Amino acid sequence: MDRFRMMFQYFQSNSESVMNGICGLLALASVKMYTSFDFSCPCLPQYNVVYGLGTMFIPPVILFLCGLILNRQSLVMLEEWRRPAGHRKKDLAVIRHMCSSIMQRAMVAPVVWIVVTLLDGKCLICAFSGSVDPEKFVGFANVSTVQVQQLLAKVPCKDDELMRNNTSHKAVSRYLRCWSQALGWSILLILIIAAFLARWLRPCFNQATLLQARHWSNYIDIEQKIFEETCCEHSRLFAHKCILHFFESMQQEIKRHSFSLPKEGEEAEGEEDLLRGITNQDQVNKVLKTWYYEKPPLDVS
Amino acid sequence: MDKFRMIFQFFQSNQESFMNGICGIMALASTQMYSAFDFNCPCLPHYNLAYGLGILLVPPFILFLLGFVLNNNISMLAEEWRRPQGRRGKDPSVLRYMFCSMAQRAMIAPAVWVSVTLLDGKCITCAFCTSVPVQTLGNASHPHLSQGEVQRVLARIPCKDIYNGQQLIANEVAVRYLRCISQALGWCFVLLMTTLAFLVRSLRPCFSQAAFLKSRYWSHYIDIERKLFDETCAEHARSFAKVCIQQFFEGMSTDLVAARCHLPRKAPADAREAAEKLLGITDQSTMNMALKSWHRCKPPLNLHPPALPTGNGWAGEGQPPTHPSAPRRETAAYYSWV
Repeated sequence: MDRFRMMFQYFQSNSESVMNGICGLLALASVKMYTSFDFSCPCLPQYNVVYGLGTMFIPPVILFLCGLILNRQSLVMLEEWRRPAGHRKKDLAVIRHMCSSIMQRAMVAPVVWIVVTLLDGKCLICAFSGSVDPEKFVGFANVSTVQVQQLLAKVPCKDDELMRNNTSHKAVSRYLRCWSQALGWSILLILIIAAFLARWLRPCFNQATLLQARHWSNYIDIEQKIFEETCCEHSRLFAHKCILHFFESMQQEIKRHSFSLPKEGEEAEGEEDLLRGITNQDQVNKVLKTWYYEKPPLDVS
Repeated sequence: MDKFRMIFQFFQSNQESFMNGICGIMALASTQMYSAFDFNCPCLPHYNLAYGLGILLVPPFILFLLGFVLNNNISMLAEEWRRPQGRRGKDPSVLRYMFCSMAQRAMIAPAVWVSVTLLDGKCITCAFCTSVPVQTLGNASHPHLSQGEVQRVLARIPCKDIYNGQQLIANEVAVRYLRCISQALGWCFVLLMTTLAFLVRSLRPCFSQAAFLKSRYWSHYIDIERKLFDETCAEHARSFAKVCIQQFFEGMSTDLVAARCHLPRKAPADAREAAEKLLGITDQSTMNMALKSWHRCKPPLNLHPPALPTGNGWAGEGQPPTHPSAPRRETAAYYSWV
């Protein structure tokens, strides 16, 4: 009883913090992935855009899906959504609440990736170096149209032999990085203001409904965990009973076949109970062989 | 003790997060293996492809098999699969569930290896450097070079210090091109794997949820039953050994009494318990004889019924049994991690 109470308290207090912890870990993993990823722009006209934008947008999708997979509550929500109504009717507000909290947590890591990418600037420089206006930059102004695309595509590769002698590539890089960082900071600012407003203004709308939805989504989560734990406990007891029945039936069979005299007196009854009448090598081997070849039926009535 | 109980409860309640943690550790180990591996492209026309693709595909296969070998539940699956039907029917959906969950966990480390390899780019650069499109990326106007020569030159792309084809195609251009292709493949692979995992996980509650609950319960049951049976056998073996040894010492002291023909002295009551524990062996030569007899001539595995009490054995003389046969609830419960 005490054990169950401790578990209740643990589940209630820690289900949300476990999920927040996973969300934080994914965000850190996202930053670590970015720093360990060796970004190398191909510096070829069409490939640059694909590579740059691909590196900016595909990993966030992966991180979002990971966020959904690793969150236990998403399974609980899906099961609640798909279950037949039966004796308990479904409350769509609860499902919506669970869905929105799952989505919010899953969006953190992708946003972190996009913001870090923009603040670093390499992706945007790679993707859009071919789209700048060459007239603005001295080194590219007097080059023919065909060649200018090739040259601009090579701007992200500082060590390329064509770029080493061209001083305007730094100007283009700086220009694009400035745009990239401005975009990054703006997105960060907008998101933080939106999060701040959402949290502050939420109590002004439908607070009672929100409290109910949160309570019942928590309830569904805990109920699921306790059901699994009860099933584990039940299967343990079931297994214990099954094995006891098995040993008793083996004991009876051995008694029938061995014609041994019944033991005298009550000595060593504790040990005899544990030995369950199996007292020599052949009997032990028979028990083990029967356990493998003829497991008892799943019926402890 | 309380701390251990709380840790067991944590593992039990967060089985999924524990298994996720194990998968994360395996993924990190795979990454570490890759960074510790010293990749050396041979830079020869046909060897490059074999080496590059070999490094890309053979270690994942090894890691996959290792994932199965290191999983304790594989023997349980094999046992359940091969056991004769007897009085208990076999459910193929339980076997399928066990196999699927083991395979999913075993796939993590190989998938991480392939992703890290592709995102790093060295393997694809090594394997496909001879297929670089020289017409578009370099100067194809080298008529004096035969096809074989071109292949040999291109094969040296990954080895910058011996590369001699700078006029044909710049080394950096080729490497950047190949690495770009490799990383694009890598991201697509990771996206595909993640999407598959997401679909498998999210479509399951939409179909066959009841069948899933049934398979999961019975696979946990099989695991727990096996562990409980092992524990019961261990308890039995312990009691068997105890009684066997006790009977051995009784036999020894009966022989000694018969050989020496002297009456046992009645010790005073307070020293009687200590004397009983000595099992009738009270001097060096007797002890040596007992030890030698234990080594040379172990008793048969056959516990005869206990002899009438002679006053020197300790079988059942008022000592409470040390292991009650009721189930012990306060020890660690068995939780299946299938």
